[in-house]
Amino acid sequence: MKYITEFRNSELAQGLITDIRQKSKRNVRFMEFCGGHTVSIFKYGIRQALPPTIEMVSGPGCPVCVTATSDIDKAVALAGIPGVIITSFGDMLRVPGSRSSLQKARAEGADVRIVYSTMDALKIAQENPDKTIAFIGVGFETTAPTIAVSVLQAQQQGIKNYCVLSLHKLCPPVIKTILDAGEVKLDGLVCPGHVSAVTGSNAWQFVARDYGIPCVVAGFEPTDILQCVDMLVTQVENNQAKVEIAYKRGVTPEGNLEAQKVMRQVFEPCPAKWRGMGVVPGSGLKLRHEFACYDAEVAFEIKTEPAIEPKGCLCGEILRGAKTPADCRLFRKTCTPENPVGPCMVSSEGSCSAYYLYGDISGR
Amino acid sequence: MCLAVPVIITKVEGKEGEVEIGGVSRRISLWLTPEAKVGDYVLLHTGYAISVLDQEEAEETLKLFQEIAKSAK
Ligand code: SF4
Repeated sequence: MKYITEFRNSELAQGLITDIRQKSKRNVRFMEFCGGHTVSIFKYGIRQALPPTIEMVSGPGCPVCVTATSDIDKAVALAGIPGVIITSFGDMLRVPGSRSSLQKARAEGADVRIVYSTMDALKIAQENPDKTIAFIGVGFETTAPTIAVSVLQAQQQGIKNYCVLSLHKLCPPVIKTILDAGEVKLDGLVCPGHVSAVTGSNAWQFVARDYGIPCVVAGFEPTDILQCVDMLVTQVENNQAKVEIAYKRGVTPEGNLEAQKVMRQVFEPCPAKWRGMGVVPGSGLKLRHEFACYDAEVAFEIKTEPAIEPKGCLCGEILRGAKTPADCRLFRKTCTPENPVGPCMVSSEGSCSAYYLYGDISGR
Repeated sequence: MCLAVPVIITKVEGKEGEVEIGGVSRRISLWLTPEAKVGDYVLLHTGYAISVLDQEEAEETLKLFQEIAKSAK
């Protein structure tokens, strides 16, 4: 068992497709929350394989894309403070802020370094005792525990020149916001696989219970996604709304309790600003009082000008599932992966980038 | 960004471990999966194991797919 090729088997995929085609009678719209799912769905041609009764819409599940312009501005301002080394996951560098980006700041002399892991950031901190290393903490429940561990490790090892700009986001609160807004009608939710590995599938119970929407957690291989769609269709056709897992090898109802514990130990929920959705209560994470010395916003006074949103960019609507990249007049014309106007074109998991790379010419 | 890949653990040393990725060995953190042992597959995300994969469940799922493929013909 290698856990990859087995789940890319085309005969098994074909079986699932046939099963879906036989079962699906009603017209339904399913949202794949996660940007990773959007990419898999395009890459494996799943949209085309599904019957016309099933419409898939992309959701807000790309942490880079949902980061508000004002928060990008904060990261850029932090990069401009003398003595600061910025460490960040690569995707964040090219996201345009109001007036600059981390990449531009780097070209202008700021010390901005791409790291693969917070462990690398801690190493840079140890190697540069006269500098302060700020990690741009972007990510959902999948990533937040790893950042929390880095703070605990810094504390244990007496590393004092490390801090985190915590821009983390939590997924269930934003799903609630989208459902409450009622802008898109959903018949099923493809729940994020690796967020759920941490939170457990129970995090989605409220969607099934309070909104009557079927929920299935999916993995990222083609048969994982097809199984998820198959299970969603089965629920719809049987008038059910429950939470199920189509990724049982990696996800349990309770999730990773250790990761949840570490995350709670270091962070507490706070309001957070999402691109396209405004401030969502309880959807962010800030460092707890005991860890204030690792909080970049406490360590530094970060000054920014009022944010300017990219003109003509529909990322906000796209993240809410209300529009698709094809609706954007800049798509493929002024906005391309080489010259991105908004974050959904920058991030490899952004909808605009997925439509650009894998969609047909109209962007569908 | 929530990308995580299955990797096999070849060594455990306290809260760290070694895994093999494409024939190359790498050090990862096992802080979030204290139950992980040598020979387990874990989901690796930004240098951290976030979940130990359940082989039995994986086999069950594949068996179910085979049944669906058979009956869907
Ligand atoms: S195509 Fe570009 S400008 Fe249009 S919504 Fe996507 S990122 Fe924004």
